[in-house]
Amino acid sequence: MKISYFPGCTLKTTAKNFEISALAVTKELGIEMVELSRWNCCGTVYSLTSDDLMHQLAPIRDLIRVEEDGFNRVAVLCSMCYNTLKRANLMVQKDSEKLDKINDFMYKEDLKYDGKVEVVHLLTILKDEIGWEEIKKHVKRKLEGLIFAPYYGCLLVRPPEVAIDNVENPYIMDALFEALGARAIDYPYSTECCGSYNTVSNPDIVLDKTYEMVNLAREQGADAIILSCPLCDFNLEARQKNVLQKYPDFHPLPVLYFTQIMAVAFDLPQDTFGFKYNQVDPSYLFVKNKEKV
Amino acid sequence: MEFKIKTDEIRNDLVKEVEELSNTNVFSCYQCGKCSAGCPSVPYMELLPNQVMRLLQFGKVELILKSNTPWVCASCFVCSTRCPKDIDIAAIMEALRQIQLRKNEDYLNLNKVPDMEGAKELPPIALVSATRKLTA
Repeated sequence: MKISYFPGCTLKTTAKNFEISALAVTKELGIEMVELSRWNCCGTVYSLTSDDLMHQLAPIRDLIRVEEDGFNRVAVLCSMCYNTLKRANLMVQKDSEKLDKINDFMYKEDLKYDGKVEVVHLLTILKDEIGWEEIKKHVKRKLEGLIFAPYYGCLLVRPPEVAIDNVENPYIMDALFEALGARAIDYPYSTECCGSYNTVSNPDIVLDKTYEMVNLAREQGADAIILSCPLCDFNLEARQKNVLQKYPDFHPLPVLYFTQIMAVAFDLPQDTFGFKYNQVDPSYLFVKNKEKV
Repeated sequence: MEFKIKTDEIRNDLVKEVEELSNTNVFSCYQCGKCSAGCPSVPYMELLPNQVMRLLQFGKVELILKSNTPWVCASCFVCSTRCPKDIDIAAIMEALRQIQLRKNEDYLNLNKVPDMEGAKELPPIALVSATRKLTA
């Protein structure tokens, strides 16, 4: 399978572990992810006000780039990019007047956008097009004994029109863990917000939430939290050192992208795990695991 | 909180602006409280989301804008997803933010980002989303 791929800004900077592991894992599964020959920041957040068409230009431009490269589908890894691209796409599909306005503004573009590109998250591709049984066939090093907290956050499951799974009880990551030989906890915070951009304006909010969410995952027996969003990852992982300053009784817990545990389970070369970019070193989890196996 | 409700202020221009920007009708709200029950930012809010809805019905946009509520809203869409009346409360919060931002009054000053070890490493995704949501 060949599909165009939109990385987004953060996968090229602080979330390199997400991109490296995802590209290795998809290659192993026979998915050829072709990075867009040109792309721009999607804007990270979908504009919610009815008159703000200006901020829809960035995501729509990216969708035009997909068509320019000869594709009609684009795979996204980052939850925020996924949500922004998907919602902007839905908006112009439903509202031809707004689509015309956007196209009129970009009259110098060679292509007019017609709303035909499909935006799809990698987790959806894994579930619907590869399938858990196929993924199991690639597992060379079962993650037996490991227990993960699946963390979907907000933008993979809300609003419902762009949700990749059940809005209140998503299961897609739980199923992935099972395929890899690991186990998921029934994590009450799996769709709770991490505090998002409050990490810039009111970081204390994020510290309190991370303290609570990591502690609960640990109490429930999780060895790590698994997620798909670089902002959630910053708040839940990189902020742990700030949490420790505020709450001395706090114990750090590894946080990984879902593609990183896949790379381990597939027994791909170690540099594809991207652990050196993790703020809380997760490698000890898999040493233990290797002894068991 | 005590304030006077005046009939001629109930449907004022600011409320109509909120409704237009968010594509909602504030009178759809019947105060079930589901938005506030699910909102993860509630512990930090001076007004709860359902109180914001009630105040909008009374035309009290300026009073709402004196609170921190629209600014600590993280746009997580729990309120909009669970509202039994399909009110997009997250969009209402955005409209309230926009009404202030369009006066060129920023909420966030990037030069005064709280000093915290590691703050220099803020990822692009955090900086872009915060400036999009909290600055003009």
